Amino acid sequence: MEILVCVKRVPDTAENEIVVNSKGTDIERGDLVYSVNEWDNYAVEEAIQIRDRVGGSVTVITVGDSDSEEILRREMAMGADKGILLSDDAFNGSDGRGIAAILKAEIEKGKYDLILTGALADDGAAQIGGMLAAMLDMPYASVVNKIETDSDKMIRIGREIEGGNQEMSEIDLPCVLSIQTGINEPRYVGIRGIRKVASVEIPVHGAKDLGIAAGSVGAAGARVKRVDYFVPPTGEGAEILEGSSDEIAEKLIELLKSKGGIK
Amino acid sequence: MTQQIFAYITHKNGTADDSAFELIVAAKKIDSSASVTAVVCGEGADLDTVCKQVAAVYPEVWKVSNPALAYPNAEIVRGVLATLLPAGAITLVPHDTFGMDLSPGLSIKLNAAFVSDVVGIEGIDNGNLKTVRQEFGGQVSTHVLCDISAGAVLNIRSGSFLSDDSKASGSVVDKSGQAGGCVSRRRFLQVVAAEVGDVDITKSDVLVSVGRGIEEQENISIAQELADAIGAVVSCSRPIVDAKWLEKSRQVGTSGKTVKPKVYIALGISGSFQHLGGLKGNPFIVAINKNSKAPIFQVADIGVVTDLLEFVPELTQKINEMK
Repeated sequence: MEILVCVKRVPDTAENEIVVNSKGTDIERGDLVYSVNEWDNYAVEEAIQIRDRVGGSVTVITVGDSDSEEILRREMAMGADKGILLSDDAFNGSDGRGIAAILKAEIEKGKYDLILTGALADDGAAQIGGMLAAMLDMPYASVVNKIETDSDKMIRIGREIEGGNQEMSEIDLPCVLSIQTGINEPRYVGIRGIRKVASVEIPVHGAKDLGIAAGSVGAAGARVKRVDYFVPPTGEGAEILEGSSDEIAEKLIELLKSKGGIK
Repeated sequence: MTQQIFAYITHKNGTADDSAFELIVAAKKIDSSASVTAVVCGEGADLDTVCKQVAAVYPEVWKVSNPALAYPNAEIVRGVLATLLPAGAITLVPHDTFGMDLSPGLSIKLNAAFVSDVVGIEGIDNGNLKTVRQEFGGQVSTHVLCDISAGAVLNIRSGSFLSDDSKASGSVVDKSGQAGGCVSRRRFLQVVAAEVGDVDITKSDVLVSVGRGIEEQENISIAQELADAIGAVVSCSRPIVDAKWLEKSRQVGTSGKTVKPKVYIALGISGSFQHLGGLKGNPFIVAINKNSKAPIFQVADIGVVTDLLEFVPELTQKINEMK
């Protein structure tokens, strides 16, 4: 099976506090640690496991600047066969539709049976997979937490729906799936693995290579635009207990007792 | 505004979802004079019951009946909506696992703009709809402008627009004949119910809940020891289940269990809306987290900004000494 996985380089929220800059135009990016979007990492692991079961290849692809190359290498160190970087100044400021259009242009140059994305990324929009599927006229399923491959015509999938229930369906190939965390246990990538792929060439494709008209993507083509970042007024918020940890613990115990939290 | 606004109604077992009564409030934030049309897909007596419920709030209800719609398959519903909705329509959809499945592709099929997981609407400015979203798991908010000139699909977060006392005696219009063939390349098989675990977290008045801030699997014992000391049960947020440190049956959230404890002690939980969506009944919430910006502090009653790995064992020891 020829599998393509769309990945994104994002600030690692487990490692960073996200702070809005003084003008509200962006978040403070200076000290941020970046990594591959967590959902995408599960998608790549799933792709590798499918390839190892049924054969084929795994290609990882991203839209971004030269910094995004590092996450492609990381996913290749995991076991992806190939990486493709889609990069062009004309792509900057794309909305979801723009990103999907850029990916579509590259995907149509190849032939893929299965296209995976993470269920969502840093902006929480959960939109690229569904848009891409519609543009490619392929069937789609979101928040997939199980994939069974027993045919080259269709696969069986589980979607994680409300209440922790799992909705099972069969879906024709080729298709696009967005992958939920927890579907597998992504393998650890060590320094040695990354060194191994350090010199593998990663092709970079721009707007011209993809036949994308300037103005159809990027800020010029975006119908959805983020205008600022802000921290919403929090209302009352929590009463933060202050003092030594001894004092805090005592206060907390009193509060818990009064609320029936200690039996 | 001349564009028509539609609301997609989700329903189950003959009852419209709460979101049905929230979407019309969101629609009125876009255009206070809008005549909003509800679209209800399904089949049989349940469909008619839901249409009747919805007609009490919406001035017009489009009913789409087809055996293929007995279970809500977004692949089929997308085709129905793309066929039925007029060009330039503004379509509101609940941002749940169905809406995530349906809407991004629907926006492409309708050539409309898409804004996901909208939590606020601040009116129209120069042909652009100003919406509010959150990023980074709720740590920051953003204003997003959406060019609605060619229509828009907006996914609306549950609970962001509280249902009002809107009343209508809407007419139900049967659109089944115009909805297309209802075929799909994705076929629903069955729903596999969530596994029942060793402990039922929904039955406990007091929960000690652990999130990513617990850092290591072996640290779960810190939460268990606190829970033992106060007579509580240990629950968790999604990353703990993803890491396979606790069973799925212990997970609080929209994709886990809905709980209604009296007291909820959140250890290293950031407080994403998916997590908080499983926490009902207005419990007394204590949040212990070293990140003072964690969204959990916005909903907690009491907060402790500290390293839980040091603080919680001290707390547990103090409680045990009192006994």
